[in-house]
Amino acid sequence: MRMAYVELRGIKKHFDTVKAVDGIDLQIAEGEIVVLLGPSGSGKTTLMRLCAGLERPTAGEIVINGEVVNDVPPRERGIAMVFQSYALYPHKTVFKNIAFPLIVEGLPRQEIRKKVEWASGLLGIGHLLDRMPSQVSGGEKQRVAIARALVRRPRVLLMDEPLSNLDAKVRHTARVELKKFQQEIGVTTIYVTHDQAEAMGLGDRIAVMSDGRVRQIGTPEDIYRDPADTFVAGFVGIPPMNFVERNGMIVGFRPELFLPADSAQGAEPMILRFKVVRVENLGSFKLVYGTIGDARVVANLPVRIPLDEGKEYDFAVRREDLRYYNKQTGMRIKG
Amino acid sequence: MKARRILDREDILAPLLLLPTGLYIVLFVGFPFVMSFVYSISNVTVGNPHIKIIGLKNFISLLQDVAFRTSLVNTFIFTVVSVSLVIVLAHILAELLLRDFRGKWFVRFIVLMPWTAPIALGAIGFLWFLDSVFSPIDWFLRMLGLLGKPGALFGPASNLYWLGRPGLAMASVILVHVWRLLPLATVILIAGMNSIPKEIIEAAQMDGAGYFRRLFHINLPLLFPVIGVTVLFATFFTFTDMTVVWILTRGGPPPNATQVLASLSFLTGIEGGDLAQGAAIAIFFFPVLAGLAIIVLKLAKKAVVT
Repeated sequence: MRMAYVELRGIKKHFDTVKAVDGIDLQIAEGEIVVLLGPSGSGKTTLMRLCAGLERPTAGEIVINGEVVNDVPPRERGIAMVFQSYALYPHKTVFKNIAFPLIVEGLPRQEIRKKVEWASGLLGIGHLLDRMPSQVSGGEKQRVAIARALVRRPRVLLMDEPLSNLDAKVRHTARVELKKFQQEIGVTTIYVTHDQAEAMGLGDRIAVMSDGRVRQIGTPEDIYRDPADTFVAGFVGIPPMNFVERNGMIVGFRPELFLPADSAQGAEPMILRFKVVRVENLGSFKLVYGTIGDARVVANLPVRIPLDEGKEYDFAVRREDLRYYNKQTGMRIKG
Repeated sequence: MKARRILDREDILAPLLLLPTGLYIVLFVGFPFVMSFVYSISNVTVGNPHIKIIGLKNFISLLQDVAFRTSLVNTFIFTVVSVSLVIVLAHILAELLLRDFRGKWFVRFIVLMPWTAPIALGAIGFLWFLDSVFSPIDWFLRMLGLLGKPGALFGPASNLYWLGRPGLAMASVILVHVWRLLPLATVILIAGMNSIPKEIIEAAQMDGAGYFRRLFHINLPLLFPVIGVTVLFATFFTFTDMTVVWILTRGGPPPNATQVLASLSFLTGIEGGDLAQGAAIAIFFFPVLAGLAIIVLKLAKKAVVT
């Protein structure tokens, strides 16, 4: 395991009575992109702002490259941030926006020009340098914000839901570009989002958060295949994991692993009587909503499998695809 | 039913609703406005109301008159100095009122108070405050030993004669103008400052900008339209003001140390009876105020578009 570049030790942030961040330990390796994933109010943005230096932790230490930076102002942490709303300076040209951190640093004009041209070239916005922010599109604004963050070659890059203000279509291509881009530059990145698909696509590791705590941290595959508790299981994956009660435990299985009994292979699959309520044909696959006993479940099936609404079928899940959770705590039970 | 039918028609309803306002503007604004131009090129007096056109004689004699020239200069000085002070002080107050602190409600209350007092009452209050014998300021300075003793900072006399000495009288007029305009300017600036998105300030912090760089590169440029509006309003109110001067000093100390266009016009035209001259003096408002009005309209148009 590479040495941690950014380390959060026992971070707490309380606003009067609200515990926005309630004890978080996190290590992020150099060059890694870690996604903080969680619903609103989970504390992910607060945690990012603590890393940025825009808020001070109530307890705990923030360490960057071995140095405790709790008392270091944002600028001197070597950190750059891309805001959700981009926060471009509306009265300055794109060039001046990107150049601003360098102007503050007091670099000579020539050098500023070179660096701005490098950053804008990297993001493909070199042709927009003389425009005002109001004259460029949403996607271009976002790239200007990223260029401004990168122009200083920060040690750590923070991104606060940078894709959420984009059109759905643009969001997808932007995501792919962003990942490619982050890998090329190799800057340590902390990325905040509530969109689990974004997290899965972008993160080297994902930290799933709720109520100010990290529920699980791991690679996208780990999080998806072996969720540590029912919250993570229900949050990651669309549609979320199905849950039924058996023998005083909660048993979970993913919709795409919930198949008609005759299709399920492997030894001893668990057989479940599935009553189909509704079928949603989504083109490349279909979502079948129904019930097992009292529990509402969903199956994700290829379109060609025939199913009728209102009928009951024998469905099965392979033993190795079942996940067991404690009924009271929601924590994973192994085996 | 028929009446409702008529009221539903926009092309009838609109002119109908505009009629009272239109009438008001024509009768009480338009008519006097035109008349003032007519008077200024005539020799009308209160005793002799027959209008006889005499061309630009009034204007020529005004420009040669020391009292007029002093008034013109004073009007500009008072306006420029008051507005500048108001902008700077309002900024400071606005920054203060944007932060949370105990007793904020009280500070806000006293900041807004001057605006609630009618200008004449405020000026009368200051008459006492700046009185040549009973001024509390003088009393306070005497208490501190800065006045009334030989070798004291403000002189050996027991009073400063705020309204009796030309320089101090001018300062007093400016003081009252600033006192009156501060609430309005502060409120406008607070609204403007609140409208700057917090994330832009934070982005500037992340980019490493300290307080002063943020102030000059981010805050002030973004506040520019708001400051512009404040300057326009403050200028309008100060440039055309007669009340403060009239109540505090009547234009004195002699001769005309604090005279402004508005007070001179009143003195000449109404008290003196020479309506034509009075109107001619007032005409000098026109270029400055027309220019300001054009700027205001342009800004207003831009605000609607964006």
